[in-house]
Amino acid sequence: MNENKGAIKKMMIILSKGTLENVYAAFVLANGARMEGIAAEMFFTFFGLEAVHKKKLEHLHIATVGNPAMHMPTMLGGLPGMEALATSMMKKEMEKVDMPDVLEFLDILSASGVRLWACKLAMDMFHYKKEDLYEGVEDVITVGDFYKQSEGEGVHMLFI
Amino acid sequence: MYRQLCRRGVNITKQFLNIKIMNMEKTIAGKNITVNEEGYLTDFNQWDEKVGEALAEESHINLSPKHWQVLKYLQDEQKNQVALSIRRVGKSGVVDIKEFYQLFPIAPLKTATKIAGIPKPASCI
Repeated sequence: MNENKGAIKKMMIILSKGTLENVYAAFVLANGARMEGIAAEMFFTFFGLEAVHKKKLEHLHIATVGNPAMHMPTMLGGLPGMEALATSMMKKEMEKVDMPDVLEFLDILSASGVRLWACKLAMDMFHYKKEDLYEGVEDVITVGDFYKQSEGEGVHMLFI
Repeated sequence: MYRQLCRRGVNITKQFLNIKIMNMEKTIAGKNITVNEEGYLTDFNQWDEKVGEALAEESHINLSPKHWQVLKYLQDEQKNQVALSIRRVGKSGVVDIKEFYQLFPIAPLKTATKIAGIPKPASCI
């Protein structure tokens, strides 16, 4: 931790969830790292793969059930259409703060030099192929490969 | 109300800790300029192209015509009080995000605004 006064050189961000709020959190952190001159790589695993699945990435929802911060009774959050409603309301607010949609955000991340990886185990489990994924995803790799990528000084790992 | 409370809290904390925002005088390109603790010019009137060049050199950047185009764009946006973000720069038509990172490889928005003599944008995107 003492090398270079603990300066962060690279962020390794693992995204395991496919809810909009988690996807955005991961994207903002990766992009924010690049904006500060910090390298960033992302590893998409399990439901996080939906954020880079071409057919799914534009249909991600926020979670209205099991999310106490929604301040909505769980029963109500479970009603049909609730997720879609909450999601569209949130998307409107996001546009106001200049937040791009998921696809544009992926383009920004790619252009900014964030390296994107997909988890092999999860890909096999969901029967996804590389062609199903956003073009910016460099490769389908194992967890071991990802650890190898994480070697070096000042590298931090984050699980979302 | 909440904002007022926040502001008051920050002021009290500052007084308590006796923190003062430190501006520094420095001479660059034969000109006296005032910069804040992060090296950003506090008064754009002190900026000229020579100062810009010297600031770029401090960031190890050789300014090409394309760099100047971007710097001018950022200054214009600042003049029009537009909140700067990477996304906005990418959509400017002046430079795309990939090229922006090529021109200013380390922290492009922070570095470019510093060279352009304008405040550091408080943007997360």
